[in-house]
Amino acid sequence: MEFDFAEQQPKFLMLMYGLIAFVAVVGGLLLLLDVVPAWFARRREAQLVAASVSGAPLPRRRKQGEGLFALFFLLPTLLLLTVGLVIPAIRTTLLSLMDGTSTNWVGLRNYGWMFAEDTIFRVLINTLIWVLLVPLVATGFGLIYAVLVDKARFEAVAKSLIFLPMAISFVGASIIWKFVYAYRGEGDQIGLLNQIVVTLGGEPQQWLLESPLNTLLLIVIMVWIQAGFAMVVLSAAIKSIPGDIVEAARLDGVSPWQMFWQITMPSIRPALIVVMVTLTIASLKVFDIVRTTTNGNYDTSVIANEMYNQAFRYGQNGQGSALAVFLFILVIPVVIYQIRNLRQQREG
Amino acid sequence: MTTATPTVAVGTQKTDGTPTTTAGRVRKRLNSRTATLVSIVIAVLWTIPTFGLLVSSLRPEDEIKTTGWWTGFTNPQFTLENYQQVLFGQSSSSGQLAGSFINSLAITIPSVLFPLAFACLAAYALAWIKFRGRDWLYIAIFALQIVPLQMALVPLLKFFSTGVTLGGVTLMPAWDLVDEQKFAQVWFAHTCFALPFAVFLLHNFISQLPGDLMEAARVDGATHPKIFRTIVLPLITPALAAFGIFQFLWVWNDLLVALIFAGGGNETAPLTVKLAEMAGTRGNEWQRLTAGAFVSIVVPLIVFLSLQRFFVRGLLAGSVKG
Repeated sequence: MEFDFAEQQPKFLMLMYGLIAFVAVVGGLLLLLDVVPAWFARRREAQLVAASVSGAPLPRRRKQGEGLFALFFLLPTLLLLTVGLVIPAIRTTLLSLMDGTSTNWVGLRNYGWMFAEDTIFRVLINTLIWVLLVPLVATGFGLIYAVLVDKARFEAVAKSLIFLPMAISFVGASIIWKFVYAYRGEGDQIGLLNQIVVTLGGEPQQWLLESPLNTLLLIVIMVWIQAGFAMVVLSAAIKSIPGDIVEAARLDGVSPWQMFWQITMPSIRPALIVVMVTLTIASLKVFDIVRTTTNGNYDTSVIANEMYNQAFRYGQNGQGSALAVFLFILVIPVVIYQIRNLRQQREG
Repeated sequence: MTTATPTVAVGTQKTDGTPTTTAGRVRKRLNSRTATLVSIVIAVLWTIPTFGLLVSSLRPEDEIKTTGWWTGFTNPQFTLENYQQVLFGQSSSSGQLAGSFINSLAITIPSVLFPLAFACLAAYALAWIKFRGRDWLYIAIFALQIVPLQMALVPLLKFFSTGVTLGGVTLMPAWDLVDEQKFAQVWFAHTCFALPFAVFLLHNFISQLPGDLMEAARVDGATHPKIFRTIVLPLITPALAAFGIFQFLWVWNDLLVALIFAGGGNETAPLTVKLAEMAGTRGNEWQRLTAGAFVSIVVPLIVFLSLQRFFVRGLLAGSVKG
């Protein structure tokens, strides 16, 4: 059981190279930005001096320094975004119109394949289930909990406990829940869920093998992670409702139920929309949970998982790209809705 | 969760909302008691799965595999053997997670620093340097947030492996990276994918700095780089912390990008990739899975708990993560 640290050395070396590159790039950029303007300033000063000595008209100040600065400040970001995001996204769109090895144009055949193939259609249905359930359940739970915990004792601790799963990776969370769902054919159960079922007099089940229940069980994992996010954002929104509105309503003799629907809900509507949109996009792209728990088997696969399989396991670049583009198309309306809402808020 | 008592005359209602009748007071206290109790019960339920994992990771192998972790309290047998195995074990089946832990660190640190620095510079330029087309550029970068990173994966991987040729002319040679050099690919990918959100988040903070401050500095003859370094950077440290934590958790917990650009080899695979692989191929080796999962959880948990305030602030400031 010896752990060989010498084996790990190249990694640290590489990390060091990375850090040196970081210091060189960022430091170099800042230095450049300091030196170049100083040089220009000196040259202009010299010109002015020369002009005033010879009595010639003073050279006009050119107004372009600002733009040059902006260019250098923005250079790394623009370069990386172009190379790493814009061009690849365009290429993916083109690849989605080509066959698996990206040699022949096939038109929209890859998109037709998505809906024609039963397994892939199932994938689309699963994604739809995720997108419908996760935002609704997680936001609902987060909202109830935010209202419940507001002004309760131990508020900070209780909130932290709900929020904690946010720090856990999807992979870690999947293992945690896989353990909850674990099944043993004979003897004591080691999974909590089966133990509960057995205690209640039922038969233990192989939870993750049974469709469509398994998709719902995977959604539970996502809700478990994301409810904390919804709770924190909504709780902050509830706390920022002006006290005098609440007070005025109370003086009018409003019941807690009415208070919730007529005061709280309208006030936190913007936050509610932000949470729903964020969770919708997150569940559209969910990958890690499905991959870790079932690897997409037993009818649980979703678009992101299938895209990975097609493009990186089966070498079907065309079909994989088509799935990626489809994902993008699904995101667009959600984001447009979000932007329109933001604009309405600003104007209203 | 407050009770209103309509029977009480308006004039006698105190401004802090405390009902003045005894019945009302009792009811209010009961209500807040119930709320406290229910919220604590839910919080405990929420934590049980994680707690079960932690307890299991400390139990001996045959105990984990035959009895539930909840029985571990009646017959306590705890050991660190699982951690020893999963971190330092020599056989390939044991996971060798100590190496992956280092990989995770080597991937995460530069992947946080690069986007942080670049986005900071860009956000400053977009907020305080006047140039033509500034608003359009900001909107374009903002809009890039919605491009799912799946859209970039295939071409980006191809870009690393074959370089860029346009009409027979090589514009960019293939990177041809092997082993731990592949970290550079992962840094590159994470930096690109993080930038739109980073610029958006930091722009929110930087653009709200007082304009008088910048104006005064400009009048004193300070150039943009000087203002950026001496005025802006110190003022936006909380925002930097917020994004730093966000990005740290994102990269440390990421599976997809690491899977594609780092691969599954011992030289580069981070914890998430190793764990996902173990869960797939050795799904019943709970002694290793539980300990391994906890190893991967512990660092983000520490970061998160100690810096929760900044993280929450970042969450509330930014909305859509691409």
